[in-house]
Amino acid sequence: MPAGTLYRGREGMWSWVAHRVTGVLIFFFLFVHVLDTALVRVSPEAYDDVVSTYKTPIVALLEYGLVAAILFHALNGLRVIAVDFWSKGPRYQKQMLWTVVGIWVVLMVGALYPVLGHAVRELFGS
Amino acid sequence: MSDTTLTKSDGTSGVGPVEGAPVYDVDNPAPYIEAPRKRTSKTPRSTRGNFEMAAWLFMRLSGVVLVVLVIGHLLIQLVLDGGVSKVGFAFVAGRWASPFWQGWDLLMLWLAMLHGANGLRTVINDYAERPQTRMWLKGLLYAATVFTVLLGTLVIFTFDPNIR
Ligand code: HEM
Repeated sequence: MPAGTLYRGREGMWSWVAHRVTGVLIFFFLFVHVLDTALVRVSPEAYDDVVSTYKTPIVALLEYGLVAAILFHALNGLRVIAVDFWSKGPRYQKQMLWTVVGIWVVLMVGALYPVLGHAVRELFGS
Repeated sequence: MSDTTLTKSDGTSGVGPVEGAPVYDVDNPAPYIEAPRKRTSKTPRSTRGNFEMAAWLFMRLSGVVLVVLVIGHLLIQLVLDGGVSKVGFAFVAGRWASPFWQGWDLLMLWLAMLHGANGLRTVINDYAERPQTRMWLKGLLYAATVFTVLLGTLVIFTFDPNIR
């Protein structure tokens, strides 16, 4: 690590990096998502055409990644809020991060079938 | 190193030979360095503006609300009733027939866009160091944010299920 850096590594820094990267990703997604939804003002066909491309296996995988980013950002955001407002927050920031990661893993396993199920059926037949 | 404050009571310099002779003296005074945060004619009357604090608080308050709105949205769109396979114009029409879901989506749009835009403002402030770069990136960010919020709001309010 270079001398005099503010970056300290470990749970604190890497959770911040992940929070920042996911936040920026979600923002760019949201921009595109408002544009695609605006197609309902063009015509039902224009909207359904675009949404039908979202039902392909590759986009399903991207969607799973998006869900991963949002769930991490949301859970870790609550952790950041706890660190800032709960008097014992800073002391338990590490434990809270591993709690966040644990809940995140459980939710991601739970999202496997709903988000990727249709893609698997399409790829390998039902 | 180069100040002359280490003066002993007998008037001789307290800076020993190891440090070297002082560079500045009476005829060659050290440049005057202003105290940090010194008030100048350009300093606003109050330097305790609270915009950044409000922005900080907004990130946390909007975050809490967004957890409910966004997770609910993901559940409805991607998990319940067959996931994304069911989504189409008819599905949108069904949901926006209800003022409740219109309100939900409107609040989610505004909070997420303002939260995300303020977050990106922080990121730009952190990494873009040249004033010109900062100005252009933030200008682009604000323009895209206003455009997206207005477009989304318009679409929610003017949605027409019988468009043809
Ligand atoms: C789902 C609920 C969400 C929660 C609980 C949440 C929470 C937070 C919190 C507490 C911060 C401040 C972090 C800090 O000051 O260090 C933050 C930053 C940020 N959020 Fe969110 N957020 C959520 C959703 C979103 C969404 C939907 C977007 C995108 C549109 C987003 C984009 C960002 C960005 C870009 C940052 C700045 C990251 C940084 O400065 O490193 N967040 N979030």
